[in-house]
Amino acid sequence: MSVLVNSNSRVLVQGITGSEGTFHTSQMLDYGTNVVAGVTPGKAGLMYEGKGDDSFNRPVLVFNTVSDAVKATRANVSIIFVPASMAADAILEAIAADMPLIICITEGIPARDMIAVKSALDNSNSRLIGPNCPGIITPGECKIGIMPGFIHAVGHVGVVSRSGTLTYEAVKQLTDIGLGQSTCIGIGGDPIVGTQFIDAIKLFNADPDTKAIVMIGEIGGSAEEEAAAYVKEYVTKPVVGFIAGRTAPPGRRMGHAGAIISGGKGTAAEKVAAMREAGIFVADSPANIGLTVAKALRLTSETPTKKVIAAKKDTALQTEVSETISEIPATTDGSAPKRGRGRPKGSFKVKPATDETAPKRERGRPKGSVKKKKAVKTGHKRPPGRPKGSVKKKKVKKNNKKQLMSVAEQVTTVASNIDMTSASNA
Amino acid sequence: MNIHEYQAKELLKAEGVPVLYGRPIMSPDEAGRIAYHEFVMKGISTVVLKCQIHAGGRGKGFVVDAESREKVMRYGKPVRGVTVIGDGNIADKAFNYALSTFGNVLVTVQTGEQGKTVNRMFIEQGCDIAKEYYLSILLDRQTGKNLIMVSTEGGMDIEAVAEHSPEKILKQYIDPTIGFRQYQARSLAFGLSLQGKAFKSFCSFIEKIVAAYDKLDCSLLEVNPLVLTKQDEFIALDAKINFDDNSLFRHPNYAQLRDLAEEDPLEVEASKYDLNYIKLDGNVGCMVNGAGLAMATMDIIQLAGGSPANFLDVGGGANVDRIANAFRIMMSDRNVKAVLINIFGGIVRCDRVANGILQALKQVEVNAPVIVRLEGTNAAEAQEILRNSGLKFLVAGSLEDAAAKVTEALAG
Repeated sequence: MSVLVNSNSRVLVQGITGSEGTFHTSQMLDYGTNVVAGVTPGKAGLMYEGKGDDSFNRPVLVFNTVSDAVKATRANVSIIFVPASMAADAILEAIAADMPLIICITEGIPARDMIAVKSALDNSNSRLIGPNCPGIITPGECKIGIMPGFIHAVGHVGVVSRSGTLTYEAVKQLTDIGLGQSTCIGIGGDPIVGTQFIDAIKLFNADPDTKAIVMIGEIGGSAEEEAAAYVKEYVTKPVVGFIAGRTAPPGRRMGHAGAIISGGKGTAAEKVAAMREAGIFVADSPANIGLTVAKALRLTSETPTKKVIAAKKDTALQTEVSETISEIPATTDGSAPKRGRGRPKGSFKVKPATDETAPKRERGRPKGSVKKKKAVKTGHKRPPGRPKGSVKKKKVKKNNKKQLMSVAEQVTTVASNIDMTSASNA
Repeated sequence: MNIHEYQAKELLKAEGVPVLYGRPIMSPDEAGRIAYHEFVMKGISTVVLKCQIHAGGRGKGFVVDAESREKVMRYGKPVRGVTVIGDGNIADKAFNYALSTFGNVLVTVQTGEQGKTVNRMFIEQGCDIAKEYYLSILLDRQTGKNLIMVSTEGGMDIEAVAEHSPEKILKQYIDPTIGFRQYQARSLAFGLSLQGKAFKSFCSFIEKIVAAYDKLDCSLLEVNPLVLTKQDEFIALDAKINFDDNSLFRHPNYAQLRDLAEEDPLEVEASKYDLNYIKLDGNVGCMVNGAGLAMATMDIIQLAGGSPANFLDVGGGANVDRIANAFRIMMSDRNVKAVLINIFGGIVRCDRVANGILQALKQVEVNAPVIVRLEGTNAAEAQEILRNSGLKFLVAGSLEDAAAKVTEALAG
């Protein structure tokens, strides 16, 4: 289970023949993402196979317009690799074609252009992720973005972040201690983004397969504070937060009047305080994000009210967490084990639609130890991917509550085995 | 990107926004000459001399001697960042004030104690002020719209107004599909209790400045104070503009407005190589890929007992030249006692980064301990390369390990 994207996502790449578009399309195809079409104005009809080191494992048909591509291929997600000067136009074209989900990777789009895009979005049925973001990944199902696929693992932690490489760091920490991810969403660091923390948290909160939520923020703006207020009011799942930039000097990026409308918000201290106040588990160190999630799962299973903890350095604990998790027996739900590159052993099934309100399918993925990816010696840009079509699709089973419980119990069991002696209340 | 007040006023004037007559000056001689020929001879009896630095609070700031750091005196009083000259020999006084200011340092609440060297000034005609107001236009992240704010509390510290009496700040959002409308201008004018000629002047002023904000691709335009003259006309007495850096490609003419003297020399050097570098006051240099991870790395340096000497994002593609240049810039900061390299290799392979670091170190002399943490694709190979290099690296595995090694390096 996941939010927004899964193996049924039919992906269109805008700017597919550019160098970025080509490289990342080859990477996405290797991951097993169902790329159904590309758009490059003037190149309609081309069966594009990549170029140079970035040749595709299968050709992708190119169209002149998003609208043509949608008609021909029923694409339901678009990813944009168009240069900054033309990227806003590309987003508007996708909105006009009624694309349900648009992911814009492009960095450096002028704010004036994004103001127009935001206005168009508000009057549409489309959702935008980004711009200036790494994209979105549902491990084992599809990667629609530029993140390294192999650090992710199938699991139950939803991750939402404004950052790129810092998200990879957090995801790797999770994977290393055996906590896989349901979906990871990079919302982007620009002043105007299509999807905010609060939107992503709503999605994760509604997703029965997401058992814990990680939000990784940065200084500036007030999106983290708004998300914290929402968490306090509505979210029942444990939420772990981290704010980067506690040591950043004030005033380097924010204008003089910038602090006024946000009512003095925007500093790391204020964000951390708002998160703690909302019962969010705040990781004090970026090295402890994964560990804090593990502890949060334990704490919430123990007491109904969430407590705020400050994760402390504890390597022994980390080892123990890892070992404990690997001991958890796999549940069986009848699905054949499928393993992606570097992902933990375990089966995963496929959500039938991207619709958030779609019936939730049953779960029961066994928790497995994380198998580290072997280094790829040749062709670094193209790690071996899952062959196309290897994802086994499952029909939705209606009575899934029991199965879901078993997952929850697993998480609880994992968490309750964690040594809590080092956890201190902040 | 920041520009000076006189540059902002030139741009606004070209868009029809009322500003006072003024001229930039680059030396004390020029101050005397221009004051005489362009002001006194034109019948202007009051002039205002203003320091041009990229920081606010100038009127309340003091000029201090660049060497002795003592307040500079002229005509028996300490020289401030803004001086009104309304009597005596105006050209002579302008020259003398400029002589006391050029090359010295202006210290204001916004510059911090070190202050900023004054290399440019601005001479402007005086005006009869009836009342001071505040105006700014900026991008509101929350709504994704531009926001206009005005207040009767002009010339004040607006943050304090926002905190203590937020009801005194009037706001109007600009809807991008319908634009700024007259009723919004009227609403603000009524809110400021304006009447008659002043009401009309305000409405005209605000329409022009909103249009200028949009056309110039600003991310912030602040007029504080916005003044109402005794003739009931609104004039931008000060002007601060920040451009949206993402839009600079649309305005090639902005490049000439950049004043490199206002920027840190190392930051200027870094920008030549497209490196995102910000100099800080700490003792641990750091080199990271990605802004979020860079900030997190700075945080972990502090948790390890050090303090970050810089913010440095080398971006995704960490090639040898980039790393070498980044190293050179980072090491030219003499406060650096240790270096932490933290690269998360996602798309970029860590073994390539490791080789880049080795080659870079052949080009740059490094006297401080270097802690390297490469994580992600081919991280194990990268660690082997570094360990077998014969160079003295402290190779760290996790972020936590890196922090511990920073602590060790600082202790040793």
